[in-house]
Amino acid sequence: MTIPTTPGREAAGPAPAAPGDGPFLSVTDLRVRFTTEDGPVRAVDGLSFTLERGRTLGIVGESGSGKSVTSLAILGLHDPRTTTVSGRIRLGGREVTGARERDLERLRGNTMSMIFQDPLTALSPYHTIGRQIAEPYRKHTGASKRAARERAVEMLAKVGIPRPRLRAGDYPHQFSGGMRQRAMIAMALVCDPGLLIADEPTTALDVTVQAQILDLLGELQQESGTAIVLITHDLGVVAGAADNILVMYAGRAVERGSAAEVLGAPRHPYTWGLLRSTPDLDSDPDEPLRPIPGTPPSLLAPPPGCPFHPRCAFPPRVAGGPGRCSAERPELPEGRGAACHLTADQQRAGWSAEAGRAGATGSASVPVPADGGADLLRKEGDR
Amino acid sequence: MLRFLVRRSLGALVILLIISALTFFLFYSIPRDPALLACGKNCTPEALEVVRRNMGIDQPVPAQYWEYMTGILLGRDYAVGPCPAPCLGYSFVDNTPVWETILDRFPTTVSLAVGGAAVFLTVGLATGMLAAARRGTVVDKVLSSGSLVLSSMQIYFVGPLAIALFVYQLGWLSQPRYVELTEDPAGWFAGLLLPWCVLSIIFTANYTRMARSTMIEQLQEDHVRTARAKGMARRTVFFRHAWRGSLIPIVTIFGVDLGSLFGGAMITEFTFTLPGLGRLAVESVTNTNLPMLMGVMLFAATAIILCNIVVDAVYALIDPRVRLA
Amino acid sequence: MTHERDPRPAEGAGRGPAPDPAPPPAPGAPTGPGPRAGSGTAGPSSGTASRTAGSAEGAVPPRAGEPLITAEGLVKHFPVLGGFPFRRQVGAVRAVDGVDLTVRAGETFGLVGESGCGKSTTGRLLARLLEPTAGRIRYRGRDITHASRKELTPVRPEIQMVFQDPYASLNPRQTVGTIVRSPLEVAGIEPPGGRERRVRELLETVGLNPEHYNRFPHEFSGGQRQRIGIARALALEPRLIVADEPVSALDVSIQAQVVNLLRRLQRDLGIAFLFIAHDLAVVRHVSQRVAVMYLGRIVEVGDRDSVYTGPRHPYTHALLSAVPEAATGVAAGREGPEGRPRKERIRLAGDVPSPVDPPSGCRFRTRCWKAREKCAAEVPPLVRAAGSREGHLTACHFPEEPSVTARAEDVVLDPALAAAEGSQDTAR
Repeated sequence: MTIPTTPGREAAGPAPAAPGDGPFLSVTDLRVRFTTEDGPVRAVDGLSFTLERGRTLGIVGESGSGKSVTSLAILGLHDPRTTTVSGRIRLGGREVTGARERDLERLRGNTMSMIFQDPLTALSPYHTIGRQIAEPYRKHTGASKRAARERAVEMLAKVGIPRPRLRAGDYPHQFSGGMRQRAMIAMALVCDPGLLIADEPTTALDVTVQAQILDLLGELQQESGTAIVLITHDLGVVAGAADNILVMYAGRAVERGSAAEVLGAPRHPYTWGLLRSTPDLDSDPDEPLRPIPGTPPSLLAPPPGCPFHPRCAFPPRVAGGPGRCSAERPELPEGRGAACHLTADQQRAGWSAEAGRAGATGSASVPVPADGGADLLRKEGDR
Repeated sequence: MLRFLVRRSLGALVILLIISALTFFLFYSIPRDPALLACGKNCTPEALEVVRRNMGIDQPVPAQYWEYMTGILLGRDYAVGPCPAPCLGYSFVDNTPVWETILDRFPTTVSLAVGGAAVFLTVGLATGMLAAARRGTVVDKVLSSGSLVLSSMQIYFVGPLAIALFVYQLGWLSQPRYVELTEDPAGWFAGLLLPWCVLSIIFTANYTRMARSTMIEQLQEDHVRTARAKGMARRTVFFRHAWRGSLIPIVTIFGVDLGSLFGGAMITEFTFTLPGLGRLAVESVTNTNLPMLMGVMLFAATAIILCNIVVDAVYALIDPRVRLA
Repeated sequence: MTHERDPRPAEGAGRGPAPDPAPPPAPGAPTGPGPRAGSGTAGPSSGTASRTAGSAEGAVPPRAGEPLITAEGLVKHFPVLGGFPFRRQVGAVRAVDGVDLTVRAGETFGLVGESGCGKSTTGRLLARLLEPTAGRIRYRGRDITHASRKELTPVRPEIQMVFQDPYASLNPRQTVGTIVRSPLEVAGIEPPGGRERRVRELLETVGLNPEHYNRFPHEFSGGQRQRIGIARALALEPRLIVADEPVSALDVSIQAQVVNLLRRLQRDLGIAFLFIAHDLAVVRHVSQRVAVMYLGRIVEVGDRDSVYTGPRHPYTHALLSAVPEAATGVAAGREGPEGRPRKERIRLAGDVPSPVDPPSGCRFRTRCWKAREKCAAEVPPLVRAAGSREGHLTACHFPEEPSVTARAEDVVLDPALAAAEGSQDTAR
């Protein structure tokens, strides 16, 4: 997978562990299925990606897209009684899928670790911050209680907690929201993991604190060369923090590429829709937002073919007719690309037309749906 | 902590004052005249008057209450003799100080209640957590349905049945009796084993179900998932991270259950004819022994309120977010 | 804050024909930029007419731009209990601590700020779901600060709320029809054609299928549930809807649908919105005027474009610079996209201080890079700073330049970040 890096991050200096010596994490054809009372739910359906050391992969999707399920599958945290995980996950050359629970325990918190959305509930209310940070360090390095405590204080200082020695004795409820997420990061990085999965790490935080935390994650990555999987619903968050982006919809990856490519020249109609419907600080605020009509599909009975086709305006433009979108599942190519039946040219031209950029070649080849908000609303209502 | 204790003790005093007033006025305004009963068959009005004065019921009820309350704090003098503080009066039946009789009977009830609580807390929590850990398996199903059946076993029904089976039929256990713990610990244990088990059956069943559900809830908590994501072993996750949180609702319910625990202990005493406060209370009702009844009531209320203060203090031990004030 | 005040006499303003030069529009006539008759065939005049029984003012719709609701020095303190041996109030959470604002008829007024800044409490105070501790609230000139339940009866239908969580704010045991109809029943309004017909119109107005009248909330998606909540708020044809984070719980694509719906309602029905949200981009897309709150006070207020492109308060600068953007954030925020100047980068340290014991003087001073002695000593008044546009007020002793382009040097107050960046620089 050769993806050009964004110029900004390259300018920030190479990571200590040079990227390029093979992917640190590789996920191949991951499928996660839940057994529920209403039937099997295909939460993740054939997901593949790779990630190198020192790099950040942003996985973007709305609720139910399978992005969080993916992270739990990598850590092997799903309940085996209700969940079937298939496919291959390799971490640092080791097979993770099918590994024994004891071996997984040795990897978790050590080689791969995770931070969660809400640091208040994700930290134990019954133990001090220092103890919670020291706990995985003791387990994975066999350090003494005193050494682990010193390490916890060191980590707290590193993530910017003032008076770390004193604050290590505090409980999470005595920390503010931003400090809790810092403590969470300290805990996840205490064993210098090769992979950090951050599942909506800033969604529960205020915007000024979010900016601090994202910058902090970036700086720590520069130092340690950790590979980061950043899972979020917020395109803005991945835009600032990720090298590469994977867009997920209904359990499948629909587009992949570098951050600049996916956000600057997106190829999949769903990504177009996401970008169009996200309010920003630059576009004309008096123009209505252009939402994606309809609602995400139920994973109990996903639509056949392309999961996005019921909400998509482009099936009529597809070579082979609109029936192809509901019959044939488009594959996501290796490297840069989108899982869409539109030809590569149509995909490129599509965004130019969507974004309404003047002078874009072939902007007339794909018509933009005339979507006054009211039309779309009615469409949803009839559903 | 000190502030908490002082504040709660003040509150407890107010509650006790209300309870004492309510029970006193209720008991002492019943239509039956205890003096008439005590006076006997050949009672003259003069003799009745003397009996009344000796009993301390010759004055209007509010005045009696006042004397009763000052007696508790300062002691008082009766015709039959002095009654040092805390004076709960003299028994109408055998003219012994109520306080002494209560002190005499109290250890039996405490032994029963504490022992019973120990049984149902350990057995109930252990089986409940086992069921939670083995959720969905045969073990879980047997424990869950078993506890459902047991939770309908009443003491007065199971008690006699248990004696018939374990004492007379199988001869595994000795006849329930009360021996002072300080005199003969082994005898104390052997004599109370059957009552403990019978008393704790329903509680055990309820605590099993409760421990199971709170534990399952805790295992789904975010911070428990974090512990697993840190690489903690299942056992560590279970006992270090999930267990503590599951205790909080259990402690809450235990505080509520204290009253029924004392009640259960009293029924158990009656079922197994053990000399405790429960039997004393029942005897006092049949004899219209008002001072004794009043004393037992007040004593039990005090004990339950004190236990509740302890339970609240335990919260702070379990959960650092709870601040006692 | 004299700029915001209604210059006309309070009681009966805009209603009496004599003192008002412009004749009041007839009931049902267009009030906003768009016609008010957007709610279906029965038309709004029926509802307005039916309301007149309760409220005299209700007969005359306010003209667009006229002050609808005004808060002056609004304060709400929640008591903190403590003390020994008897509990008493020992302090207060100063959730709202002196807020002046005016929402004009037919406009959307955005209220932004981080959690704990008091924006939701302000909304609830204005809807009079809470009783203010101090200050004044005037609705169309009438003082409703401490109005009793009975006194509020004519006002209640005109001010409605939409809440954040569409799951929690709808009764799961009631059908959509019952939910949307209930305000009509409570107010005792019988629209021509019947309540059911009116409810079906409302469902259509918010983009739901009227056939779904008898369905239950759980049969709808999150976005549709929020539409149900909006339909309920519209039932009484309110003049003001206080929308408290109405789209925060929704996915991006759905959020855009609801944002557009709210914009359309404001335009077509001439309803004023107090739009409370933490998302600056969303607020920008719905509001005509915007106020920024910090720790119980408004630090900056003004026209949308003025606040977003020419903020004067350092906190507004910090907020705007922290918003991650898909379009401009590529390249890790270090280089702007082609043709656009790079944006400034400001990283504050720590979190918002506790509203129980807020800093003296300017409340932002503990996190501000420009703070000086004066900031601790004097509370900065909310005034028009030199160089600001008309109606753009800032509460700052040392206002910033009205520009959001990059500074010569980033403002990084976070010690960990500064240290990490410093070590990167020296390593290179």
